[in-house]
Amino acid sequence: MADAHEVPEIHDDIETPALQPGSMGHLAPYPAVEKHMVPLNFPAARVPDWEKRGVEKLGEMLKKYRSLQVYMDICVKCGACADKCHYFLGTGDPNNMPVKRAELMRSVYRRYFTPAGRMFPGLVNAKDFDEEMLKQWFTYYHQCSQCRRCSVFCPYGIDTAEITMAAREIMDAIGVGHKYTTEIVAKVHDIGNNLGIPKPALSGTLQFLEDDMLENTGHEIKLPLDQEGAEVLLVAPSADFFSEPHIQSLMGYAKVFHQAGISYTISSYASEAANFGMFIGSYEQKKKISKRIAEQARALKVKRIVVGECGHAWRVAYSFWNTLNGPFDFLDNRYPVPQHICEFTHDLIGRGALTFDKEANDAYVVTMHDSCNVARASRMGPNPGGQFTIPRDLIRATCNHFVDMDEDTIFEKTLCCGGGGGLLTDELMDLRVKGTMPRVTALKKVMAEHKVNFLALICAICKAQFNKMLPMYGIPMDTVGGVHQLVSNAILLGKNKGIV
Amino acid sequence: MLTFLAYFTVGVFVAGFLWKISVYARTPAPLLIPTTPAPVTRGGVVWRLFREVAFFESLFKADKFLWIAGYLFHAALALVLIRHIRYFCDPLPAIFAHYQIVGILAGIAMVGALGLLLARRFLIDRVRHISSVADHLFLWLLMGIGGTGLVMDFFLRPDIIAIKRAMTTLWTSPSASLSMASPGDVVFIIHILMVAVLLVVFPFSKLMHLGGIFFSPTRNQVDNPREKRHINPWYAD
Repeated sequence: MADAHEVPEIHDDIETPALQPGSMGHLAPYPAVEKHMVPLNFPAARVPDWEKRGVEKLGEMLKKYRSLQVYMDICVKCGACADKCHYFLGTGDPNNMPVKRAELMRSVYRRYFTPAGRMFPGLVNAKDFDEEMLKQWFTYYHQCSQCRRCSVFCPYGIDTAEITMAAREIMDAIGVGHKYTTEIVAKVHDIGNNLGIPKPALSGTLQFLEDDMLENTGHEIKLPLDQEGAEVLLVAPSADFFSEPHIQSLMGYAKVFHQAGISYTISSYASEAANFGMFIGSYEQKKKISKRIAEQARALKVKRIVVGECGHAWRVAYSFWNTLNGPFDFLDNRYPVPQHICEFTHDLIGRGALTFDKEANDAYVVTMHDSCNVARASRMGPNPGGQFTIPRDLIRATCNHFVDMDEDTIFEKTLCCGGGGGLLTDELMDLRVKGTMPRVTALKKVMAEHKVNFLALICAICKAQFNKMLPMYGIPMDTVGGVHQLVSNAILLGKNKGIV
Repeated sequence: MLTFLAYFTVGVFVAGFLWKISVYARTPAPLLIPTTPAPVTRGGVVWRLFREVAFFESLFKADKFLWIAGYLFHAALALVLIRHIRYFCDPLPAIFAHYQIVGILAGIAMVGALGLLLARRFLIDRVRHISSVADHLFLWLLMGIGGTGLVMDFFLRPDIIAIKRAMTTLWTSPSASLSMASPGDVVFIIHILMVAVLLVVFPFSKLMHLGGIFFSPTRNQVDNPREKRHINPWYAD
C-alpha cells in the first residue's frame, strides 16, 4: 500500500496548482459490505431502485436540514473557496474544489427539485442521479475531510462538510457505504470504542502505564477504570490507550488529575470520545454513540465530564451533546459541560494548583497545529477564540520555546492534517499524502527558520495521520505529539498538591 | 400590456422571494454549526451578519481581487437603484437633483465591475471550470441592463417625461403604455424587458443569495451550545 503513491515536492510556499481534471478519480475507498451495513440499520447492499430512493432521501434531507436547503440554492460560484481545500491544493483535481464537490450534489438537486433544472438541464448544469453520478459521489465525497476551511472563506458561509455528510447519509440509505467508518461505528456499539479494545485489555494497559509512571516519577499516579463516585468522568479517544504518541498525552492527563487531587475515572463502557456518526452524517448514530457517555456519567455518579485530545470528538461533545443527550443538569453546573482537558488544565494553572519545570521541554522548539474541528467548530473557555489561546497558554506554561506557523495556516485558517472526516484509512493513502502537503509546507518553513522540532496538537486523528505522513516528507516521526505530552514532561509532582 | 407585465414580473418576484424565504425559515436547523470563532450573543450575531452583508468580510479574507470586483458591483448597483427612485416618485425630493452625477458614475462603475467579474470566468482556470452557461448569462444580462441604461444616459435619450408618466400610473391604469417614437424609446423597452427577466428568474436562481445569507446557519447561529440547550425539532425524546 505504502508504495502506491508519490510524495509531492515541498516548495517554500503553498502554491495553487494548475487543474488536473480526473487526477483523483481512481481513488475511492473500500465499499462497506453486509456485515458492516446491517448493524447500523443500513441496507445490506445497493437497493434495486437506488436512483429513486436516493433522490427521495435527498428530498427528505432538504426538509430536515436548513443548512443543506440554503447551501443548495445560494452558491453563486464565485470561486472564493476554490483554492482553499487542502485536497485541491495537494491534488489539483477540480472535483476537490469545494464549489465543484458541492456541485456534484447541486446538479442533482437542480434536476429534481428546481424548475430551471427540470426544464433546462443543460443551461443550469442539472444532472440525473445515475451510475456515473453515484460513482463520482462515492469517490469525491470520500475525498473531503469535513474540515470546514472553505466555510471560513465563503461569502455566505456555505459549509461543504454539511454537504459531504448529507451525501454520505444518502449513500448509506441506498446501501452504498464506506467500509472503514461503518466498521468502526459497529465496533463502538459492540465493545465501547473505535479500536475494539475489550475491558480486560484496557484494564491491563492502564495498569501497565501506572507501573511505568511509578517507575519514571516515583509517584503513584492512577488511571482508574469504572470507579463509581469519582468526581470526573474522563472520556478520551481510544487511541490514547494504545497508540504513540497519543499515550503520552494520556499520562499527561493522569498527572494533572493526580497533582490537582481531583478524583476521576475512565469508563470501559464509554471508552471512546470519538464519534464516527458525525463522519457518516447520521444524526441517529451520533446520538446513539454519544449516549453511552451520558449513561455512564449517570451510572458512575460523576459530577463532571472532561474530554481528551480529539478534534471531532470535541466538536460533537461541545456543540452537539447538549442537543443529542441533554440536559446534563445532573452534573455540577459550576463547570462547563462538557469540559475540554485543555480547559481543565488551564483552569487549574489559573488557580495555582500546578507548577512546571519548563526546562524539561528545552529540547523542543514547539509549534501548534490547530485541528480543524476544534478551530472552526467549537470553542474553549468563555470567549470566542479560546480554542486557540488556551492550548497555546498551556504550551507557553510548559515550554520556553514556542513559535507559530504562517498566519494563513493557523487559527480559523488552519489546514487539515489530511486524514480527518473518516479518511484515515490505508486505501486512501495517496489522498492523505497529497492532502497533508500544505500543512507540511508551513511546518517545514518554521523548521527551517526557527528550528522547530515539535508539532503540538490536540487531535487523535491528526496525531495518527502526521505520525505516518511526516516521515514520508523526511521529518522524524517523534516530531508529533500532544499538548498534554508537553504538560506531562514539565509538570512538577509532589509539591503544592491540590487546589489552593 | 405594460401593466400586465409589471404585475406579472413583480408578482413572481415578490411571491417567489417570500416563498423561498419561508422555506428557509421553516426548515429546521437540528444542530448548532456556526463557523467558529463565532459570537456568543445574539447581538454579536447581528453584528457578524452586518459585517458580512455590508463589507463582505469572509470574501475579503478569501480573495482581494474578487472582493474589489464584487464589492464594486454590489455597491454601484445599490447607488444605481437609488437613482431610479426618481422615475417612480412624484413629486421628487430636491436631493435627487444633486444625485444624478453619483448615479451615473455608479452606472459606469457597475458595468465595469461586471466586466471584471466576467473576465474572471474566462481568465482564471478554476473559475472557468466551474462556470455554467447560466453563470455567464447572469453576467451578460446584468451588463445588458447596465449597458442599455448608460446608452440612454449618453447616446440615445428616450422620452423620459412619457416614461415617468407611464411608471407612475402603471399600477392603476391598464392603458399605460410606452412610446416607440425614438431609438432611445426602443432601448428603454429592451432595458425594461431585461429587468423583467431578471426579476422573474431571481427567486429560482443563485440570485437568492440575497435572502439566503441571513439563513446560513454557519453565520447566523449563536455559539452557545453548552450555555443554552439547542432543541432539534424533529428528534424529540
